Amino acid sequence: MINDIIISAKGLTKKFNDFIAVDHISFDVYKGEIFGFLGANGAGKTTAIRMLCGLSLPSAGKASVAGFDVYKQTENIKKTIGYMSQKFSLYEDLTVKENIRFYGGIYGKSNQFIKEKTGWLLQRLHLENEADKLVGSLPLGWKQKLAFSVAVFHEPRIVFLDEPTGGVDPVTRREFWNLIYEAAESGITIFITTHYMDEAEYCNRVSIMVDGRIDALDSPAALKQQYAVDSMDKVFLHLARTAQRVDS
Amino acid sequence: MNQFFSFVKKEFFHIWRDKRTMFILLGMPVIQIIIFGFALTNEVKNAEIAVLDQSHDAASSLLVNEIKASRYFTIAALLHNPDEIKTTLQENKAKIILVIPSSYGNDLKHLNAAQVQLIADASDPNTATTLINYASAIIQDYQQRINTNIQIPFAIHTQVRMLYNPQQKGAYSFVPGVMAMVLMLVCSMMTAITIVREKETGTMEVMLVSPVRPMKIIIAKAVPYLLLSFINIASILLLSVYVLGVPINGSLVLLLAESILFTITCLSFGLLISSITDSQQTAMFISLTGMFLPTAMLSGFMFPIENMPLALRMLSNVVPSRWFYEIVRSVMIKGSGFEDVWMQTMILLGMTLLLIILAVKKFKIRLE
Amino acid sequence: MNAVVVHNLSKNYGKKNEIKAVKEISFEVSTGELFGVIGPDGAGKSTLFRMLTTLLLPDNGSASVDGSDIVKDFKAIRNKVGYMPGRFSLYQDLSVEENLNFFATIFNTTVKKNYDLIKDIYVQIEPFKKRKAGKLSGGMKQKLALSCALIHRPVVLFLDEPTTGVDAVSRKEFWEMLMKLKSQGITILVSTPYMDEAGLCDRIGLMQNGKLLSVGTPKEITASFSQTLLEVKSENMYALLQQLIAYDSIMEAYSFGEYHHAVMKENFSIEKLQQYLEEKGNKNVVIKNTVPTIEDCFMQLMKK
Repeated sequence: MINDIIISAKGLTKKFNDFIAVDHISFDVYKGEIFGFLGANGAGKTTAIRMLCGLSLPSAGKASVAGFDVYKQTENIKKTIGYMSQKFSLYEDLTVKENIRFYGGIYGKSNQFIKEKTGWLLQRLHLENEADKLVGSLPLGWKQKLAFSVAVFHEPRIVFLDEPTGGVDPVTRREFWNLIYEAAESGITIFITTHYMDEAEYCNRVSIMVDGRIDALDSPAALKQQYAVDSMDKVFLHLARTAQRVDS
Repeated sequence: MNQFFSFVKKEFFHIWRDKRTMFILLGMPVIQIIIFGFALTNEVKNAEIAVLDQSHDAASSLLVNEIKASRYFTIAALLHNPDEIKTTLQENKAKIILVIPSSYGNDLKHLNAAQVQLIADASDPNTATTLINYASAIIQDYQQRINTNIQIPFAIHTQVRMLYNPQQKGAYSFVPGVMAMVLMLVCSMMTAITIVREKETGTMEVMLVSPVRPMKIIIAKAVPYLLLSFINIASILLLSVYVLGVPINGSLVLLLAESILFTITCLSFGLLISSITDSQQTAMFISLTGMFLPTAMLSGFMFPIENMPLALRMLSNVVPSRWFYEIVRSVMIKGSGFEDVWMQTMILLGMTLLLIILAVKKFKIRLE
Repeated sequence: MNAVVVHNLSKNYGKKNEIKAVKEISFEVSTGELFGVIGPDGAGKSTLFRMLTTLLLPDNGSASVDGSDIVKDFKAIRNKVGYMPGRFSLYQDLSVEENLNFFATIFNTTVKKNYDLIKDIYVQIEPFKKRKAGKLSGGMKQKLALSCALIHRPVVLFLDEPTTGVDAVSRKEFWEMLMKLKSQGITILVSTPYMDEAGLCDRIGLMQNGKLLSVGTPKEITASFSQTLLEVKSENMYALLQQLIAYDSIMEAYSFGEYHHAVMKENFSIEKLQQYLEEKGNKNVVIKNTVPTIEDCFMQLMKK
């Protein structure tokens, strides 16, 4: 892997009045990497992601995403990233095709591009027969796979995934991860949060947030060695239990 | 009973903690009354009118006196020459001019029909229209009165649109209307919304799996809104009596009793909506189109029912607020007793019972 | 005695009953047992729980909770069960304290009376008792919702996905609380999509597409895994997986945390596999025998 830095944060901080949600975090994410962004509820993950996606202005510190500044170039950032969350991704009352069309459209892709890529995508996901069905009628696992494909449809350089696999069955969850691997192989950088600790193992590197700080950042193997435990689950518990912040 | 009170207390917390909604609920009637009152009392009150009486006989002076007696107009000038019409308007001495032709007295006597002309300064078309309407109404009213004394009735050509607004203050008709609208909003819409909200957040699920009887949940939900409605009724009545000077001519007890009946009508409608909808949006939409619009359009409050096409007149019969509006107008303004409004009361009571039965039947003790 | 008896229970949705949410499910839960219904979203767990808590009427079959029929004696059931739906159903604009008091009164009891039962849980959120429920974090909401569901000392407690979307630490704490409750003699039925929580239950039912795939103790279920399971890792995990899938003596291979799991056919040899993988250019190949987990079993059952 070529060590091109695609996301860089230095002392990134977000305060809400007296409350420091994100406390001087610094890290780099490399191009094509699968970067796991872990932390307990309330550790500050969501706030950090919002700043990186250009949805919220930092209180202090610096950060750039795909070379764009998070203070001044948020519009450029939004064009270069894809985003998917567990809670909202697709319109349930639109069909599979309509959803793809819509997302292609909002990123200003040509009709030709959308048409060709839609066909390819439906085939890839084995959704040819479901193309005209409402998304609401699909099983959750399929929805999530489709949502991911839609998030990378406009060929973004980075995709942010916020707990994409919650509640998905174990087989579909692995299919989902295959899609992630494929995207990463094609050079898209993956920035992912998850509560499944086995999924942390699939990441190239993992950061763990505690009380708004990043308390650990390394490859899963190195972290396990550092804390002398045999699973990421134990690394996570070890760190998260040190939290002082009574969740807010 | 403790169960029940704890429920009611919770409902009050919900209302109290949603300050914006509470402010709207309590402030709305006050603002509506003031806006309506202000607009209506300012628009036509002692408007200046000039009279060019070319007939100069007993009949014409009777008509002029009628105008003079009205509280809407003061006679600014008596003109003698048609040429003065233009200058009077231009110099803004009067906004409207009544022209009585020289043949007026004779025509009235021999042909049973006469013409008068109203000329208004239409540079402000709204005021002009209002003034024309008020003046026509006065003339119309006057003609009708002389009709009763005469064997062969006059042919009446005046517009009937303003008939609903007789020689009384505008406030008389909108106070009952505002009351109907406010009660509708507070009781139907808010009750529906608060129940549906519990469905949305999932708390209704937990309530149903508890030993609380579902009817208790429903009644507890209604109680706070019943109380809010009382406050609203009181504030509307106080404002109309002390600020707008609209007296309560009939029995206050009867008026309040009828209001309680209508409140219950609205509450049961709200309950019915809540049992057939699952989202706050739908609940709000249904209560707006199902109750609020008909109240505004079909109760006779904004548009007189008599002038509606047959289909709409029929439709207005199933709008509960139409009957409530009639009752309040009769009791409050005409001073009618129960014997005059018993029919409307019975209709309203019947509708209420029907709504309650429907609401109870539709209420689900399970999730489906 | 059995606290919950379910016999051929079915539930359909849709205009023509075309969506079969629960298909002829039967199982029993003994008094004092901690029973887990494990399955992904859409498996039918919530529908099952809603039928057992009398919120939905079954289309077929029967069930009883603490001896009361879920259709005929629904009022009796509503008096003695505790239920915590998937979304923590609290009044967002009421404070922690107000929520708890409210739930106590609607169950005709007081917080004082049953404080001993919820004490361990409630003390953790008590410092925030004046805070509105809507302002609590996921973990705290979960604790408050559990306190509210327990406040009337239910005989059977139904927890529908109490740990979904909650981080690993809070999940662990939550299961510790359940263990304590179990020791107080309360029968607990809990549903979860997290397979790793299965091991914490006395018995579990694996659920998928409205059906129970298997019911038993976690040990019984993992013991029923008939094939040999290997765990394999090397330096390039993504390529390794493709190579494992392509290998003859492997029925199935899938990623499993740090390793890949390979379900072996009968005639396999570790040496040959090692050789094959090294020939393919893998470095630092590690192959070990491993014990199947519930997740392995679930995936195998799903494919049957």
